[in-house]
Amino acid sequence: MCTLKNAVTIEGIAKGFHQKKVIGSLNMNIEKNGIFGLLGPSGCGKTTLIKMIVGLIKPDAGKITVLDHEVPNEALLMDVGYMAQSDALYTELTGAENLEFFAKLYRLSKKERRERIQYAAEIVQLTNDLNIRVAYYSGGMKRRLSLAVALIQNPAILILDEPTVGIDPVLKQSIWQELERLRNEDHKTILITTHVMDEAERCDKLAMLREGEIIASGTPEALKAQYAVETLDDVFLKIGGER
Amino acid sequence: MRIASLVTRITQQMRRDRRTLALFFLAPLLILTLMYFIFDTEASDLKIAVTGSDETMVKALEQAGFQVTVAEKFSKKVMIEKNTDGWLHAENGKMELTLLNDQPSRAKAVQMQLMQGLQGHVKTTPLIEEQYVYGDAKTKGFDTFSPMLVSFFVFFFVFLIAGIALLKERTSGTLERLLATPIRRYEIVAGYVIGYGSFALIQTIIVVLYAVNVLDIVLVGSIWLVLLTNILVALVALSLGTLLSSFATSEFQMVQFIPLVIVPQVFFTGIFPLDGMADWLQKIGKIMPLYYASDAMNGIMYKGFTFTDVSLDLLILLAFSVIFITINIISLKKYRSL
Repeated sequence: MCTLKNAVTIEGIAKGFHQKKVIGSLNMNIEKNGIFGLLGPSGCGKTTLIKMIVGLIKPDAGKITVLDHEVPNEALLMDVGYMAQSDALYTELTGAENLEFFAKLYRLSKKERRERIQYAAEIVQLTNDLNIRVAYYSGGMKRRLSLAVALIQNPAILILDEPTVGIDPVLKQSIWQELERLRNEDHKTILITTHVMDEAERCDKLAMLREGEIIASGTPEALKAQYAVETLDDVFLKIGGER
Repeated sequence: MRIASLVTRITQQMRRDRRTLALFFLAPLLILTLMYFIFDTEASDLKIAVTGSDETMVKALEQAGFQVTVAEKFSKKVMIEKNTDGWLHAENGKMELTLLNDQPSRAKAVQMQLMQGLQGHVKTTPLIEEQYVYGDAKTKGFDTFSPMLVSFFVFFFVFLIAGIALLKERTSGTLERLLATPIRRYEIVAGYVIGYGSFALIQTIIVVLYAVNVLDIVLVGSIWLVLLTNILVALVALSLGTLLSSFATSEFQMVQFIPLVIVPQVFFTGIFPLDGMADWLQKIGKIMPLYYASDAMNGIMYKGFTFTDVSLDLLILLAFSVIFITINIISLKKYRSL
C-alpha cells in the first residue's frame, strides 16, 4: 500500500447534465484512515460527486485520484466498496445469494467468500436472515444488505451514499460503531453522505456541499467554531441563509 | 468466472420467477397448437409446366387460369429453380402430375384448378398420377409455416424477457452496482448471452419436440440444424432486446417495441406469401432477422435442406448478433468507460 496522506484527491472537477451545472469546479481532499462526511441538501450534487469518485460517471473537466490511481482504473474497483443510494439488490435471490454473486465478481476464493459473507452479514446483523429472499426483506434489511455488499471484498475505501436511511436508531448506532472500528482497527477510509446532523458530528472531517460547490469544510468542531454556533444544524442554516 | 457467476445468478432469478418461466416454455406450445387448428391460406397465380402434350390441353389449362409453360424437357430441379407449382407430363394417354408443394395450399389449388380445366376438353378424365417435390399428399399448410413459428416464438420471448431483465437491472440500480465491481463490459454481455441463451435453448428443444412429436409437423432435415438455427435466432433476439432496452425507461415502454420490432417481422416470415409482394417491400424484408430465420427453418424442417443449403442464412443471423452484441458492449460505456 502506498504511503500517501490522501486517499482521494479531487482537482477542478466539473459536471453538468443537460446544460445544467451539477458540480462546478470542485477541489477536495479526503485523508486516509478517517471518516469523511459529505453534507448537503438533496439535489446538491452529493451523489453525482460520489459516482464520479467511484468511476461510474465521467467528469466534464478535472481529475480524480484515488489511492494514487487516476479514476477510472480497473484495479481500483477492487479497493472501493460502494453502496448506492438505492438498494441495488436482486430481489429474487436470497441475501446469501446476493453476497455470493458480488463476492464472485471480485474473484474471491471459495474460502474467502465464505469468510467474507459471514463477516459482512454479522456486521449488519443479517446472519439469521441470509436464506430469505430479498423480496421479503424490510427496507432497513435491504439497506443493511447493501452495506454488506459494499464490505464484501474488504476494500480499503468505503464509499457509502446515505447508508443509514430507513435504519432504526439501535442498528444505526451499531453500524456507526462498526464504521469507527473499521477506521480504528482496519485503517479504512470511509466516505459517507448524509443529511442527518448527528451522524455528521461523528465524522472526522466534513464538507458541506451546496449547488455543486463546497461552501465549508473542516472538522465538526472547527466548523462550529468558525461560524460561532452550537450545532452543525446551525452551521448549515447560517451558511444556507447567506444565499 | 465472472461470466459464470452472472450465468448462475440469471438462472437462479429465472427459476424463482415461475410465471415468466411458464410463459417462456408453455405459451409457444399453446399458440402453436391454436394456429395448427386455425390456419389455412389461399393461392393465386399458379404456374404449371406442360410436357408431351398437345395444344388443346395447353389452351384448356390457360383458360383454367394457369400460367402455362410448354417445354420439351422438364425436371423437378427446374421446378424448384423456376418455382413452378405443377408439372404435367402426358405420355401414352397417361398423365403424370408433379406438384412442387412448397405451400400445400398452392398444391391443392393446382389439383382443383386442373380438374376443373380438364373437364369437357378431354373426352375421358384421364387417370392422373401424382408426385410431390416436397412433402406428400398429407402435407398441411401448417407444416410449411410452423418452422417459422418456432423461430418466431424463440425470437419473441427471448427478446422480451432478456430486454426486460436488463431494463430491470438498469432501473433498479444493480447494473450500476455491477459496474462498480471490476467486471468487464463484455463479461456482462457474455453473461447475459449465455444465461438467457441456455433458457432459449431449452425453449427451442421443447417447442421443436412438441411440434414434431405431438402436432406431427414434418421434420425432414436434421433436428440439430434446427437447434443451431434457433440458437442463432435467440442470440439475435437477446442482443437486440438488451440493446433496445436502453431506449426504454419502463417495462411498458419495452412492450411498446413489440408492434415496432416484432410484428413487422412476422409479415416477412412467409406466413404471408412473399412472392406476391412489391419489390420494395421484399427489400424491407431482407433487413429483418426473422426473414432469414424463417428461410432457414422452412428449408431444414420442410425441404430437408442441409447445413450448406442454409449456411448463408445462418451466417447472416450470426452477423446480426455480432453487430448487436458489439453495440451492446459499446453502449455500456455510457456507465463506465472501462
